[in-house]
Amino acid sequence: MTEVTQEQPLENETSAQAELETSIEVDNLSLYYDENQALRDISMTIAQQKVTAFIGPSGCGKSTLLRCFNRMNDLIDNVRITGGIRFDDIDIHDERVDVAELRRKIGMVFQRPNPFPKSIYENVAYGLRIQGEDSKAILDERVEWALKSAALWDEVKDRLKESALGLSGGQQQRLVIARAVAIKPSVLLLDEPASALDPISTLKIEELIHQLKNDYTIAIVTHNMQQAARVSDFTAFLYLGELVEFNETDTIFRNPQEQRTEDYITGRYG
Amino acid sequence: MHRHISEQYELELSQIRDSLMAMGGLVEQQVINACKALIEHDGELAQNVREVESQLNQYEIDLDDQCVSIIAKRQPTASDLRRVVSVMKVITDLERVGDEADRIAKMAIRLSGTPMPVHQYADFRDMHQDVLLMLTNALDSYARLDIENAIRVIRSDEDIDNAYDALIRRCTTEMRDNPDEIESAVSVMWAGRALERIGDHAKNIGEYVIYQVKGTDVRHGSEEVPDPDEE
Repeated sequence: MTEVTQEQPLENETSAQAELETSIEVDNLSLYYDENQALRDISMTIAQQKVTAFIGPSGCGKSTLLRCFNRMNDLIDNVRITGGIRFDDIDIHDERVDVAELRRKIGMVFQRPNPFPKSIYENVAYGLRIQGEDSKAILDERVEWALKSAALWDEVKDRLKESALGLSGGQQQRLVIARAVAIKPSVLLLDEPASALDPISTLKIEELIHQLKNDYTIAIVTHNMQQAARVSDFTAFLYLGELVEFNETDTIFRNPQEQRTEDYITGRYG
Repeated sequence: MHRHISEQYELELSQIRDSLMAMGGLVEQQVINACKALIEHDGELAQNVREVESQLNQYEIDLDDQCVSIIAKRQPTASDLRRVVSVMKVITDLERVGDEADRIAKMAIRLSGTPMPVHQYADFRDMHQDVLLMLTNALDSYARLDIENAIRVIRSDEDIDNAYDALIRRCTTEMRDNPDEIESAVSVMWAGRALERIGDHAKNIGEYVIYQVKGTDVRHGSEEVPDPDEE
């Protein structure tokens, strides 16, 4: 695997990114499902404490790429990966890397809210308990902090013992984000976090993303291009497994440099 | 450029473009008629220009409304966004060109009852031809998204400014030499000022063409206007 250092800027590093700290570096990454290539030679950097959005038509590989960042694709048998990903300057595919620890640092939230059939409190405390935390004082403090971080505390503080399944879809999704945040990850991967939500809940999630980026690096996959435009600092457009354009979000939506990006975001036949 | 998946969107975008071109054609005719009315002392034609002015205002209102509707419903991006934004800007400039034509028509009405001066508005005639050509080229460059032509329009503004300075100098000389002609000379100076402003608006339109095609903002020297030979 090619070593990528700070002194050698990647080809797909935008000029604005050059001055930012790097969280994740993707270097010539290709991914195959058996013989089908789903990602083609992707190189890019994800900047720390910024929001990076991935857009592109269904099947373009954006979710697959997101799942590479915390090795979720390891769970699929027929997947083969070439090239590399470095997180905090460590090769995530190195055999010494503890995958559970990697996923603690790089949390993930999916399209459909998936709270556990437990109380609101236990949902958030779950990850901490798994890590061996059993002090009630610490758990109480961290649950409150996580729910506040996910802008849910005021809505649930009087019903923490009630089942999480009684919350609305938008609240459940914020609860799942609170659960992810509770274990203090460094990166949050959001795979279409608002696509199953109504417009108001969607706006709350978007507002939350704005707040969370003060503390976390966020990578978000979305089908909603306006959402990408609203929440992200950088946008990557993928098409048929290829990274077509990666740039500041403002540039992508006002003056994209690639015709394929232009055609996609303006809704034209490609 | 490929077509939009939404035919309706495609139609809405082409409608604002077509309406803008129609407005441009009307504005051009207003300038032609206003100048002709002034040069030929044709009060009736000047009056006609003043009456048509309200049509331009209506174009401005309707086109603005269509643009706002596209923004609200379609959330345009990239070249579509730049198109809607540039149409809204061009509308404003065209409406102001219409106001300047109206101003020239006012001067034409004032002059229509007076005897034809010896110089027969030679300076104004020359200047109005240059300004008309500039305006026509600006509208052409917009219709064809022709950057080269747009750049020429932007650069020709300096010639218009020089022609205006010369017109002012000659009017001043005339007022000094021939006090009987002061009123007529002042009217010509006002009309010349209107032509100079029309040149500025044509230049703005040229700048919007560059913005729409390339996404760069060359107004107020914020970015260098490219060399037409390199385009």
